[in-house]
Amino acid sequence: MIVHTIFFYFFSVIAIFSSLMVITSRSTINSVFFLILDFISVGCLFIMVGAEFLGMILLIVYVGAVAVLFLFVVMMLNVAEQKQSWFIGRKSTHIPTGLIVSVLILLELLVVVGGWKYKQDLMSSSTLVMSNISNTHQLGLVMYTDYILYFQLAGVVLLLAMIGAILLTFRERVGVKKQSYLNQISRNPANAVELKEVESFKGVKIDD
Amino acid sequence: MIEIGLGHYLSLGAIIFFLGVIGIFLNRKNVIVILMSIELILLAVNINLISFSIFSGDIVGQIFTMLILTVAAAEAAIGLAIIVVYYRNRGSIRVEDIHGMKG
Repeated sequence: MIVHTIFFYFFSVIAIFSSLMVITSRSTINSVFFLILDFISVGCLFIMVGAEFLGMILLIVYVGAVAVLFLFVVMMLNVAEQKQSWFIGRKSTHIPTGLIVSVLILLELLVVVGGWKYKQDLMSSSTLVMSNISNTHQLGLVMYTDYILYFQLAGVVLLLAMIGAILLTFRERVGVKKQSYLNQISRNPANAVELKEVESFKGVKIDD
Repeated sequence: MIEIGLGHYLSLGAIIFFLGVIGIFLNRKNVIVILMSIELILLAVNINLISFSIFSGDIVGQIFTMLILTVAAAEAAIGLAIIVVYYRNRGSIRVEDIHGMKG
């Protein structure tokens, strides 16, 4: 049990520190790196607590896809020169309001957590589910039977997101010569080739 | 303190949620950091759902976490596409410069 404690504090300290650095670091690219660190440490926590499949999904989907997408956009948009001005910038009247709201939300969450502290039967680690089939097996047994509709709807959500992202960023470029297959196929000799009678010493004007 | 229970995981989720909300409010840099704060908030929600699922022995919480992961990935893709289009049109994604709706 002591190993669990040590690893929990290790990963959670890293997670909290890196999420603090995500919102305070000076350049956006550092924020993305700390976001990756945060995902990794929370994924390790998931694996440690017994949700191996979701920990791995967090590593693959978040670190491998979402964080790399963030990196691509940050590198593409040239935001490195826009320096951050946290408390120095003009009209910083939003800071007290934001702090008050954030502290209130934190207090509410602490109250909720404190309420759970009296649920002793749920708190003890002896209620951890020890089963002889793996976590992935368990998840698959439930997801592909009872929750198959939600699974497919998640696929529809991803498809719509893909179509939306492509439609948003697609633009018709002017001045670019492109191959038009339809025009190529629909050409026929009748309107593409013209026979001309060439007179001697006159030549042919082809510009008209 | 030495025995890690549900409360520890919920506290971790609450702290990360809090940091994400602070990141949204105290942001002067660009909109990408706001999107990253939203990712932090969704991560905190996932921590809560998974710890409840493990400590109460119900697998459904983990299935819900997978759905949240899906929605988070879709949201990141759409949000980044909107940011790219905005940057292409206006040339800046600073939070101060985005006041088209006079909000």
